[in-house]
Amino acid sequence: MIRIENLHKRFGKLTVLDGLDLEIKSGGIFAILGPNGSGKTTLIKCLLGMVIPTSGKIIHDNESVLHKWRYRNKINYLPQIANFPANLTVNELLRMVKNLRPKVPNDKELISKFGVEPFLNKKLGNLSGGTKQKINIILTFMFDSDLIILDEPTTGLDPISLIYLKKIIQAEKAKGKTILVTTHIMSLVDEIADEIVFILDGKIYFKGTVDMLKKETEQINLEHAIANLMEKENV
Amino acid sequence: MYKILKYSFFDLMRSRWSYVYFIFYLILGFVLLFLNNDVSKAVITLMNIIVVLTPLIGTIFGVMYYYNSKEFTELLLAQPIKRNKIFMGQYLGISLSLTLSLVLGLGIPFLAYGIFKSTAIFDFVLLLVTGSFLNFIFVALAFNIALSNENKIKGFGYAILMWLFLAVIYDGLFIISLLMFNDYPIDKFSLIATMFNPIDLSRILILLKLDISALLGYTGAIFKKFFGTNFGLFSSLLVLSLWVLFPILRINSKLKKKDF
Repeated sequence: MIRIENLHKRFGKLTVLDGLDLEIKSGGIFAILGPNGSGKTTLIKCLLGMVIPTSGKIIHDNESVLHKWRYRNKINYLPQIANFPANLTVNELLRMVKNLRPKVPNDKELISKFGVEPFLNKKLGNLSGGTKQKINIILTFMFDSDLIILDEPTTGLDPISLIYLKKIIQAEKAKGKTILVTTHIMSLVDEIADEIVFILDGKIYFKGTVDMLKKETEQINLEHAIANLMEKENV
Repeated sequence: MYKILKYSFFDLMRSRWSYVYFIFYLILGFVLLFLNNDVSKAVITLMNIIVVLTPLIGTIFGVMYYYNSKEFTELLLAQPIKRNKIFMGQYLGISLSLTLSLVLGLGIPFLAYGIFKSTAIFDFVLLLVTGSFLNFIFVALAFNIALSNENKIKGFGYAILMWLFLAVIYDGLFIISLLMFNDYPIDKFSLIATMFNPIDLSRILILLKLDISALLGYTGAIFKKFFGTNFGLFSSLLVLSLWVLFPILRINSKLKKKDF
């Protein structure tokens, strides 16, 4: 379970998170939505300890995570951009990340499902963007963690891999895991998300199920419902 | 830290630029030794190249590596490992791979020449030690600059400016100040001014060992008078170590507050 209390983050004069409160209970898929620059990535990075909050509390599994690092062993993270050391092979990269975690990896199945066996001994610098993203996904899902954070997971994936990614996400959910996803693709949200967390100007603007959102905004289509949320703010 | 070091070292050792750097030194070493036939002179020429080139390459590699591996570093930051271990691992990986290119590139021609039978072996070893120090110093300085500048172009610009300042402009200012304050006792000033530039310090360190008074210059002469040859060697090595230590300490303190 994650509990975030009164989280503030300022970058110089720019306030990105402005007293954000959020509680996420264990289990389920949570879509974190919001316009560009609303603070989605900053929120995730605060949770992972990459961005240090100006003030506020972040509690994960009843422990504060600020200035700690061991708790990250319980989190899987898929970064937005996949960019790896160009002169290492895929195998070496996998070995390196496995080395960094004191957990048993499950990479064999993922490798065959995503069809990256032919690339295992190729240098990462020679791979296409889509293949890199597949490697990125394998690195994220090969460990068994209760909290999985995905930052724009669908970028550059071919349709088959996209279908498989959705399957993995559902399978992880079935195991009772908590999955946080940020994305701009509303069909994905509609398909997989149990709850929507809508961030605007560094605060939680809406939190609830897709149906609740549709009801509240009186829209039948999720895309329009979200657009409606954004417009409301502008009025 | 060791795990990160291992992989960034392997990554860099396989990069094309490491080979280019290695082959450059290899050719330089062979040409200087076999066309010159005088080891001392070869060491002096090498010194002049090393004290300017290793800082430049160290700076460029350091800055480039930092910005190029930014996304991968973010992935590492999400792993259960301390921040400073990631960056220290990368720092040592770069410094060691550059040092290896230097040591192998120059070592092979000198071995082929028969350095072990020559009395110049200590001069040569000192040259490599100084070159390695310069690698570690300038990669650390480059990391400092990169950590303080989110903007790639700015970071690159500042890094090159820093190299230009320490390699060229500093000497110019130094000479101008010596001329301007000609009438005052400036021994201590020039001594301290040398300590604040690792490139000058390295040059004096090697020249002290080679014992070539003509090349020592004003500061070198003061250095020698003040410290004597052995103590001068020792103290300049000590100051070079401080030049590695302080930038590393700053990297670590900067990391505590840095947002990625």
